[in-house]
Amino acid sequence: MSERILSVLVEDKPGVLARVSSTISRRGFNINSLSVGPTNIEGRSKMTIVTELDAVEQVKKQLNKLVNVIKIVELDPNMTIETEVLLLKVSINKDSQTSVIEKASLSNATSVDVGQDFAIFELTGSSKELDKFEALMKPFGIIEMVRGGRIALQSNL
Amino acid sequence: MTKEQLTGAELVIRGLEYLNVSTVFGVPGGAILPAYDPLYDSPIRHILARHEQGAGHMAEGYAQATGELGVVIATSGPGATNLITPLANALMDSTPLLAITGQVASTAIGNDAFQEAYTVGLSMAATKHNYLITDASEIPQVLKEAKFIATTGRPGPVLVDIPKDILNQVAAWVEPGDLDLPGYKPTTEPNPKMVHQASSLIKKSKKPILYVGGGIIHSKANNELFELATKFNIPVVTTLMGRGAFPDGHELCLEMPGMHGNYTATTSIQNADLLIAIGVRFDDRVTANPSFFAQNAKVIHADIDPAEIGKVRDAQVPIVGDAKSVIKGLIEALGDEKLDTKNWVSELKEMKTEFPLSYKQEDKGPLKVPYVLEELQKLTKEEAIVVAGVGQHQMWVSQHWNFTEPNTWLNSGGLGTMGYALPAAIGAKTAYPDKLVLALDGDGCFQMTCQELITASTENIPIKIVVFNNGNHGMVRQWQKIFYNSKFSASELTHDTPDYLKLAESMGAVGLRMMEKSDIEKVFNKMLEINDRPVLVDCVVDPDDMVFPMVPAGGSNDQIIMNEEDLKNL
Repeated sequence: MSERILSVLVEDKPGVLARVSSTISRRGFNINSLSVGPTNIEGRSKMTIVTELDAVEQVKKQLNKLVNVIKIVELDPNMTIETEVLLLKVSINKDSQTSVIEKASLSNATSVDVGQDFAIFELTGSSKELDKFEALMKPFGIIEMVRGGRIALQSNL
Repeated sequence: MTKEQLTGAELVIRGLEYLNVSTVFGVPGGAILPAYDPLYDSPIRHILARHEQGAGHMAEGYAQATGELGVVIATSGPGATNLITPLANALMDSTPLLAITGQVASTAIGNDAFQEAYTVGLSMAATKHNYLITDASEIPQVLKEAKFIATTGRPGPVLVDIPKDILNQVAAWVEPGDLDLPGYKPTTEPNPKMVHQASSLIKKSKKPILYVGGGIIHSKANNELFELATKFNIPVVTTLMGRGAFPDGHELCLEMPGMHGNYTATTSIQNADLLIAIGVRFDDRVTANPSFFAQNAKVIHADIDPAEIGKVRDAQVPIVGDAKSVIKGLIEALGDEKLDTKNWVSELKEMKTEFPLSYKQEDKGPLKVPYVLEELQKLTKEEAIVVAGVGQHQMWVSQHWNFTEPNTWLNSGGLGTMGYALPAAIGAKTAYPDKLVLALDGDGCFQMTCQELITASTENIPIKIVVFNNGNHGMVRQWQKIFYNSKFSASELTHDTPDYLKLAESMGAVGLRMMEKSDIEKVFNKMLEINDRPVLVDCVVDPDDMVFPMVPAGGSNDQIIMNEEDLKNL
């Protein structure tokens, strides 16, 4: 199923995230990813919502009905810069240490914390790159992992 | 000059007065108490309901009858949760409603305080928008915004939740200013290009149908609709929410389509080559299975809510806009065009004669609701506001009552809320004390909100209630008979408990009873004569009567069950 990315400009008011997520869940839409954060404009936040193609029109229309939703732009996948952040804690021991660090470094992941028997890596990239890195680390034993949700910007004006 | 300092509670009442609110419905309680103090001294009339659900439906009835904002007030916790049903009902039927609820003190929120409920969260999916006030100075502006949101675009309910300490907080009265709603800009004027495309489709059509609903009534577009239909000779079907938008009895009026619609209305859509859908949402009670709905028709779909367009059925011509503007645009674009619909209109006219609504009232047999309704309408000289609950009686009223004016038919269409009739009739009668207001109810529905009869008596609101007493949840019984092998599980209520006459009397109303055909005229005339108190008529009717025509849920509108005989072929 092909994905669509919506960039949703909202008023930064209490409960706006609850309104958006409640609308999505009560209408039965499938959402692959949702992230939210401040913008350069005061009082405005931006949500990036990744949904499936078949739902996108209704998602847009239903979200547009929310009083606090100002503007929804569907990003053109061919002209979109998209990124996601990952923090991954993997277990290490004397035998695996070198291999883990080598694989992480080849994946462009940054080590942000290393202990006796674990290491934490940070990786920013496309969802596919993050998936790949997760698969690479899996054999060593992933202790904990968190992904930040996808964010995107259109690369033209 | 220093600005006038008021408490939050005074700002609420002053704010409502500023918005020209003349009547509110409500029930007081702890958290909302501060607001009831200045309300006592205000010219605003407060109707004390016996339950917050009743208060909410009263406000809806007021709004549906007038087309104006209805206002309801309740306290925190259970007061607010009891309002959820009317809010959800108003959201489904696009009724402009303002609910003001008290909340526990802002310092106590989140601590499971006495009578605390997360009202904003609970009502989020049951309102068009809602607010939690955090400072008394916000109140006038938020009330103005709330009214604006409730009454414009696609109307709906808006809730404003106010903590008790904020109601006691002192702030200046500042006249509300311009609204700053960057995310709320309803489109009312249609795109001329789309209107032009629509008119081209209409010109080519040989079998058009105007499929219209509640949007016509909200937009007060009935005169424009009449001009469009009659000037270009286009037949009209009016949905449950659109009854009265086009006059019954007119040769172009096919009345209600759908699950219990009449044969001609439902079939006209199936046979049409073009649906001109205005202010409708292709509800499942109209379409049955959408894949079999109007398979030969192109669709022009005009609605003020863009999310309705393409939700159920793709439209060849989507038009976002207010019904009145859209229809005016269509009339202008069609100009002096003569449509070739003569054969189509006469085909449908013949169909109407061939497949009328039917019922059989025997002289000595049990009363049938359709017969009683037709007799009642004959005895009713003036145009009445008719209010129904949900179920068999609702369908029979919609089928058999002649509606000729908008805002004279109030019912719970989308949510299907039993218990709507009595409180909504109180709301309508409050708005129009001089009009005849009839609550035509079922016994199951009546028992859900019958305490509001006390409200009608004590507040001197002389409505007339006819309880069609079949001793059963009639529509449930009908489905059990058809789909559950006549296993009448939990659908029987009994005819004689309560004793409706004693119930009416004990609640300050007059109780009358009719059992057979010969009672009808006498009892209804007496009911119509009494105008100083509410009157309740216990109309005992046949429990085995069923509503036809019928298209089972999820079925095809090409297969209409016309009567009990047809059931054998199911």
